[in-house]
Amino acid sequence: MLKYVLSRLLQAIPTMIGVTMISFLIIHLVPGSPVYTMLGPKASKHLVALFNAEYGLNLPLPIQYVRWLGQVLQGNLGISYFQNQTVAQLISVALPRTLAIIGIGVVVAHIISIAMGTYQAWRVNKWDDHALTSFSYFFYSMPTFWLGLVMIMIFSFYLSWFPPGGLANPGQPPVGFTVWISHIALPIITLVLLIVAGWGRYMRTAMTETLVQDYIRTARAKGLSEWVVLFKHGLRNSVLPLITFVGFSIPGLFAGNLFIEEVFNYPGMGLLTYNAVINHDYPIVLATVLIVGALTVAGNLIADLLYAFVDPRVQYT
Amino acid sequence: MAVAPVPEPIAGGPSAPTAPYRLSREWRSFWSNPLAIAGVSMLGFLVLFSFVGPMIYHTSPETPNLLDTFAAPTAGHLLGTDALGRDELARLMLGGQLSLEVGFAAGFLTVVLGTLYGLISGLAGGWLDAILMRIVDILFALPGLYILLLVDSIFSPSALLLVAVISLLGWLGTARLVRAEVLTLKRREFVQAARSLGSGNWRIMLRHLLPNVMGVVMVTATFAVGTAILTVAGLSFLGLGLPPPTPNWGGMLSDGSNYIFQNAWWLIYPPGLAIVAVELGVNFIGDALRAAFDPRLREGRA
Repeated sequence: MLKYVLSRLLQAIPTMIGVTMISFLIIHLVPGSPVYTMLGPKASKHLVALFNAEYGLNLPLPIQYVRWLGQVLQGNLGISYFQNQTVAQLISVALPRTLAIIGIGVVVAHIISIAMGTYQAWRVNKWDDHALTSFSYFFYSMPTFWLGLVMIMIFSFYLSWFPPGGLANPGQPPVGFTVWISHIALPIITLVLLIVAGWGRYMRTAMTETLVQDYIRTARAKGLSEWVVLFKHGLRNSVLPLITFVGFSIPGLFAGNLFIEEVFNYPGMGLLTYNAVINHDYPIVLATVLIVGALTVAGNLIADLLYAFVDPRVQYT
Repeated sequence: MAVAPVPEPIAGGPSAPTAPYRLSREWRSFWSNPLAIAGVSMLGFLVLFSFVGPMIYHTSPETPNLLDTFAAPTAGHLLGTDALGRDELARLMLGGQLSLEVGFAAGFLTVVLGTLYGLISGLAGGWLDAILMRIVDILFALPGLYILLLVDSIFSPSALLLVAVISLLGWLGTARLVRAEVLTLKRREFVQAARSLGSGNWRIMLRHLLPNVMGVVMVTATFAVGTAILTVAGLSFLGLGLPPPTPNWGGMLSDGSNYIFQNAWWLIYPPGLAIVAVELGVNFIGDALRAAFDPRLREGRA
């Protein structure tokens, strides 16, 4: 077991180095040096040379990469070109906001997906199973941003149940829980609907396959209640793969979240990245690409390890 | 609309290696699946709507009429008019052309790249395979959307650039699936026989392996088209996709989203429903293909 954990950890390191290298290269493919972005197009040659020497921009690319990586490892992600703050400061504000939406969304979506998939497998090919499958197909086929718009249209404009997004406390002292949750309710509901559409379908398939196994028939035959059969014998075997989905889904979750933040005007990582891209504020883009990349690698690693821990049948090599 | 359940995969092991022109058993199974019929008719309808529709519905999609902006649907403008008084239905048809063309092109290129990569990696084996798959792992960890946005903000986006970038970022899944297929196929007798008869690597790849991975490839191609259409729409919604003035569904939604609180529902629902209909069609066809061609493949689209 320890050997497996170590080998998975060692595998993650080259992946992470690759992620940093590619992000670094992409930023350096950008035409135009940061000098002119920072100093303006009319900067004198002398000033440019001073600036390049100051920031090490005259060094060969591999050396620049190593120096940059050293800075990143110390938590120094650079300074935003346009907002007079360090990238680390900007991210430390934006990341928790995004994690609130994604975190709550993933937990709620897991519960609903498991319940829905189990119910569908139990009622397989009955009318309510078909209805839920249609529901999944419909939401699975929906663009994130359009679902967001429709949610605003229905729950904010027609019904006035929730505010159309935004921050509950822009720059002001903390607000009460109800105000906070009402502002992020629509973004979270949007995310949950989209996740459940995918994962619910998966759970239904996994559970349907489990429920025809012999040990399920045995459990039923010895007179266990349907509840125990479903949740104790059935669920344990089909819920495991769902764990790994979270790891794989991290880039997708952040991508969906970018659209959600744009539609609901919620200033988290998505909006931070989007605005940085529009303004050509490359240090921010580089940092967000890096953070989502790191979260993905970590997510996959944790999912693999968790899977090996909970499923005794997994052979770890 | 009632939707039939995902059919159970056909019983039995992997199908015997057959050339693509003899796949009639699989195709028969595909066409007997209600999902396939539903998907093909939905997609067919949207293609007709976008490409043949303008020949029947003659209202111009580009003539503005500032005296008739935000008109709710009437007999003259079946889906109303937008902020510049342009006919929404005509724009929906014209926008469909670009959205579908770019989506299909990007989906096609994605799968070509992924298939080639997977074939090479799987057949090569050894250290080359290990390196190629490590590269896939690394690229999988990168947030593709962020990179798409970045590239689009640096170069002025065009349909061609979008096709190129979407496929360059999208081929990873196909490559993994094709490689996995090749790994099992290359140990089979017919490949060994071809090799002992002196076939080179390219001949084995294109003559013997490619026909046998076509099932997997078609399934991923269908989903790749769906993903590409969603991506183009999403990028256009963010203002970094297909440039105006030619309309496209994502861009139309982006325009319409500014007028939600004026209750301009005809600018919000139709373009969105058009995208949903394409995606539904593609997902139905993909699932039906998967059931027909690849009993082992499940939920290939994470």
